[in-house]
Parts: sequence; C-alpha cells; structure tokens
Amino acid sequence: MNVPTELKYTKEHEWVKIDGNVATVGITDYAQGELGDIVFVELPDIGAEIAQMEAFGTIEAVKAVSELYCPLSGKVTEINSALDDDPMIINRDPYGDGWMIKIELTEPGQVEQLLDASGYTDIIE
Amino acid sequence: MANSSADPIKTPFHDFHVAAGARMVDFAGFRMPVQYKGIQVEHQAVRNNVGLFDLSHMGEFEVNGKDAEAFLQKTTTNNVADLDQPGKIQYSCLPTEDGGIVDDLLVYRLEDRYFLVVNAANIKKDFDHLSKYVTGDVNLVDRSPEYGLLAIQGPNAEKLLAQLTDHDLNNMAYYTSAVAKIAGEDVLFSRTGYTGEDGFELYIEPAHCGKLWNEINAVGSTMGMELVGLGARDTLRMEMKMPLYGNDIDETTSPIEAGLSFIVDLTKDFIGKSIVEKHKQEKPSRRLVCLEAEGKGVPRQGFEIFAGDEAVGQVTSGTFSPSLKKPIALGYVRRGKTKSGNELEIDIRGRRLPAVVVKPPFYKNASHK
Repeated sequence: MNVPTELKYTKEHEWVKIDGNVATVGITDYAQGELGDIVFVELPDIGAEIAQMEAFGTIEAVKAVSELYCPLSGKVTEINSALDDDPMIINRDPYGDGWMIKIELTEPGQVEQLLDASGYTDIIE
Repeated sequence: MANSSADPIKTPFHDFHVAAGARMVDFAGFRMPVQYKGIQVEHQAVRNNVGLFDLSHMGEFEVNGKDAEAFLQKTTTNNVADLDQPGKIQYSCLPTEDGGIVDDLLVYRLEDRYFLVVNAANIKKDFDHLSKYVTGDVNLVDRSPEYGLLAIQGPNAEKLLAQLTDHDLNNMAYYTSAVAKIAGEDVLFSRTGYTGEDGFELYIEPAHCGKLWNEINAVGSTMGMELVGLGARDTLRMEMKMPLYGNDIDETTSPIEAGLSFIVDLTKDFIGKSIVEKHKQEKPSRRLVCLEAEGKGVPRQGFEIFAGDEAVGQVTSGTFSPSLKKPIALGYVRRGKTKSGNELEIDIRGRRLPAVVVKPPFYKNASHK
C-alpha cells in the first residue's frame, strides 16, 4: 500500500500536505481502492470556512458514497476543478493530480493531532 | 454451490480470484470477487469485447419424474410446455400464494429432467418452498454443490468459446443449452446471461473447474478478455433493466408491476394465479420504471422519488451507468407517473436530482436484448 512519508493522515483516510500556511487535501490510495471507480466528487465553494473534521464534501463511487472530512480548520482557497470532468483521476493518482482542495489554515497547531505515515499504515493493515 | 450459515463458501475458482488481485467480499454466504481492475474497465470489456464471471454461488436444482412438468407448471409462472424439446430454456419466476415472487430463475429442459438455476441468497428458501408442492412422481434434488458456474459474456463470447469446443456455436440459439466437450471435458452449457450481451454460461463439475478456468483464460488473454466481478455484473444488468431479486423484486412485488408479464402465462394454473390475474386486470398501483438522471449524484436503493412535492415512489436499484455516463435507477413509481418522458426527481440525501422516465433498456446497443 502506498503511504508517502511526507504526508499527514486522518483515520478517515484523508491525506494532507502542509506547505507553509496552506494545506492540500485528498484521499489516500487505500481509500480510493476501497471505494473503487469514482464517478462524482462534490467539493465546497472557494472561500468556505471549514472546521477540523467537518464534512467538506462527498465522494460517490459506483458502489458506495462516502463523506470527505477536513483534516484541519481553514478557509478553502482552491478546488481541483479537473475532478469535475474526470473524477477517476483520484483512482489513478490519489496523492498527485487527484488532490481535492487547498485550505489556508486558521489553526496550524492542529497538525500535531494528525497521523504520520506509520500511524496511518497501522490503521489500514 | 450450496448455501451455509457458517463460514462463507469458497467457490472452486477462489484461489484464482485472489491470485488475480480481486477484491473479495462475502455475498449470500459465498466469498465472491466484487471487482478486479475496476468496474468501468470490466463493464466496458463485456459491452465491447468479452468478460469472464465466476457465478458458482448460483443454485442448481434438478427435477425429474413423470410428474415433473405438472409440478413446474404449478410452481412457476411461465409455461413449461413451451419447452417442447430438450435444450430449450425459459426465464420464469416462483410465485408466492399471495401473488408475490419467491425468486426468479431459469428453467432448462434437458433430455430426461429439468434443471433450475436460482439465486444464491434464495437456495434454501426456494428448495423448502418447492418441496412443499412435490406430489406424485417428482424428484427434486439440490445439485448446487456439484457445479461451478462460469459465464463468458460479450460480443466476442462466441469467438472465444469456439476455440475450446467443436460444438456448432454458430447455430446455437439464444436461450438453449447443450452438453459438449469444452477444453476436452463434458460440460453442460447454455447461451444465456445477465448482461444483455451475447454469451454462455458453463456448469462445470468441481474436478474440471481448474482446467476450464485455465483454458478459458489462456484463450481470453489473447483477446483482451477481462475478469469481471459482481460490481460490473450489477451495472451491466441494471443498464438492461434486468431485475435483481432482493432489490427490484421480492415476495411483496407482483410480477405484473415488476414488468415481468412476459413470463406470466395466465392460460395455465399456478400458485397465486388468481391474485396475479387480478393485478393484471386491475392495472397495478405502481410499476417498476427506468429513470435516467442528469447531474451529480448516484441514486441508491431506498431513495425517494418525487413529482414536485409529492413522494411517488422509491429507488430499488441505482448506479452510475458506465455506458451512458449518467446516473440511472430502477424504482417503483405510482400509477399516473410512470409514462416515459415524465419528469421526476430523486432525493439524494436531501438534494433533488432531476430524472426522466425512459423506456427500457437504458443501453440500446447490446448484442442480445
């Protein structure tokens, strides 16, 4: 299972990449594999303020629907609009082109509460 | 294969699925592959080329004896007398005393017996139900553990199977069966399926399952065949409006409202006939319809269907159609709202998805319809 060491994780299978005060959020390789072929992703509007572990969207696969939870509190600055046309990017490249939203962190200290790669690997194995 | 309440049963092909990287799930008491490479890829392979399914969870019963035909006339809705020679097959259902559906099934007429193929989840229920009606010279035997079942489905199914048998497939009609040497072994097989495409279903003795799997895969690998799991089996059948027992039909649904009048022969007697006849004469209060939606969202079983503010029905099966690239659903909708072209809405967790009633099937270009 692909769990990059430079990322942080939630128990709900989201990943976060921290870059200064901005966090990029997506779902893990394990999560996309469990969901199977993804057909729709509903993402928040730019400017939306989301609290830590609040649902920020939903992801629909052929067989199942799943909520997306925001790993950290912040304000949405960017959404990945390419997922509108081709949501299966998430299946192909969950940690790269399959990213979902970027948020400007309002409480950067929350990062301490996230799992590192080995902590997340323990959950999925 | 047999059903069991204990550990899930592994089909004779289980280890091949695991080796192929399948995602395995427990389904109706069996350990089954739900997907290999992904539902979309597997679905498209069956629509455009050929796919291989393990359906060994399905149940097989044998009925023989002098009174076998009379027994099946009584316990099934279709007219068994139409199976006027060995090799013919019909789609049918087992009615309840109340005009509902115990199960849907295939009835094969073989040389000296009938062969019934029933849903995995209903093997025990069907057998107990049928046993209640056995009278005279009728032997009903559950042969489920004695067969592995593989389906080869897709427009290139004949091309694939022709490389493994000398049997004249070209002249083998849809909904007929034969016994022939396939990969050197005697196999009962039929030109049938649950995908809308041309295809074959092979009932294989457990001892020959490994060999057949390997031979079919050896030929298939030269043709771009895909292994197909239960996930794509569901999207394929839904695009054809083929009902799934437990979702679209059950003991509370009449075959008339489910759109199965074509397998109900009211010129003969069968269990619950007077009630089914009444459904037909009075026009059912609801009907199973096809809904094609626009926009983001996937309808799921149990979602409400609306006409304006009025709740008019419920989704029984829904998915994102890999062929149409749209959300689609089957659902019961009340009389007056079932005409094709009617604009309805499906409630997707509080949001309304516009959907229009369309004529079946959703997918119009299947190689068999």
